[in-house]
Amino acid sequence: MCTTCGCGSDEAHIDGESIEPVASTEMHWHQHADGKWHSHDHGGGHADGEAALGIAGASAKRDSVTSPSRLVQIERDILAKNDAIAATNRRFFSDHGVFALNLVSSPGSGKTTLLERTIGEWAKRTPLAVIEGDQRTSRDADRVRAAGASAVQINTAKGCHLDAQMVAHALTHLKPVDDSLLLIENVGNLVCPAAFDLGEAHKVVILSVTEGDDKPLKYPDMFHAADLLLLNKIDLLPYVRFDVAAAIKYARRVRAELDVVLVSAQTGAGFDEWLAWLEHGVERARERRERSIDALRRRVADLEGELERRRASVPPA
Amino acid sequence: MHEMALAASMLEIVEGTAHRIGAARVNAVWLEIGALSHVEPDALRFCFDAVTRGSLAERARLEIVVTPGTAWCMPCGTTVALPALGAPCPQCGTYQLTVSTGESMRVMEIEVAS
Repeated sequence: MCTTCGCGSDEAHIDGESIEPVASTEMHWHQHADGKWHSHDHGGGHADGEAALGIAGASAKRDSVTSPSRLVQIERDILAKNDAIAATNRRFFSDHGVFALNLVSSPGSGKTTLLERTIGEWAKRTPLAVIEGDQRTSRDADRVRAAGASAVQINTAKGCHLDAQMVAHALTHLKPVDDSLLLIENVGNLVCPAAFDLGEAHKVVILSVTEGDDKPLKYPDMFHAADLLLLNKIDLLPYVRFDVAAAIKYARRVRAELDVVLVSAQTGAGFDEWLAWLEHGVERARERRERSIDALRRRVADLEGELERRRASVPPA
Repeated sequence: MHEMALAASMLEIVEGTAHRIGAARVNAVWLEIGALSHVEPDALRFCFDAVTRGSLAERARLEIVVTPGTAWCMPCGTTVALPALGAPCPQCGTYQLTVSTGESMRVMEIEVAS
């Protein structure tokens, strides 16, 4: 069990500045000789669920004898707060015609190299901005800036995924312009980011041919959450035992409508198709923004017309 | 692991409600977790136990009700049971499925003491 999982004793940072942590709890952990992790605060008891239930059960019985208890309905999504912030991010993207993507994968799949080549080949078709997520360092943000994109680095410290609040904060630093492309490189992790909506248009899952072709079966949540699978490092196919057809078949078992593009960030193979997919998304985002502007303009024109009519019908003083 | 973030969010929800109604302690929390959702119940228990320490939900009992997964099967034209992501339609064996239920994670109710 991971003890470094967003306990709040280390805060997330954006470009070196700390941001408000999602949770603030004080915990101090140590590992016993038997390999079990225990918290200092627990007063010698067990930290696992079973013993805690026993304690909770006993104390609940005591409480129900000594003080009245009642049931209160809540019926709220656990991630309601994250999802509300994600919705705000999504509205921002929609209002400004920003095509935002959440790039997810294991560490080492080639995400950052893919970004570097994408920035180069995009060649300023539209402005391109990047939000980088890593536990520590600004190495990835430095790399994409060197490639020519504006970037903001989020350091999660102990966190294993980006969340909507971190992205919202990053946007205040990054200030993406209208009709632009925004690529969010999530923390390298094929499990946790699947659960967290950042407000993106799509999650893009990146799998490299140096990983197992059965990854989609072993990590279904992530492939299920994605709309596009980028299969990277295809230049290495002659040297690895990776069954492309099988990987795609497995991925489509957990996500029937998954799009697939085969690429090599190293050689540029497949980049025509990847860039075409990006262009299509950017164009749709721009159209959506213009439609909403058109709708607003029509409404303003209607209201102005109505105002004129009412003025005309008011007798002069 | 992200169950810690989920547990922290759960505590926020539970504390918010308890404060609003003036309750002094939360004795139990009922969760509805979909069979297809992104959470490992045991990990969630562990994290909830840890994150509630020192709060008014300290040592609260966590009751988890797992709700089944279902999906719309295109060829069958009906909703079918889906035990896990990546499972085929139990009727026709296709993978042409769209998940309907089983992905939610909700705090349903709490038992409080005044």
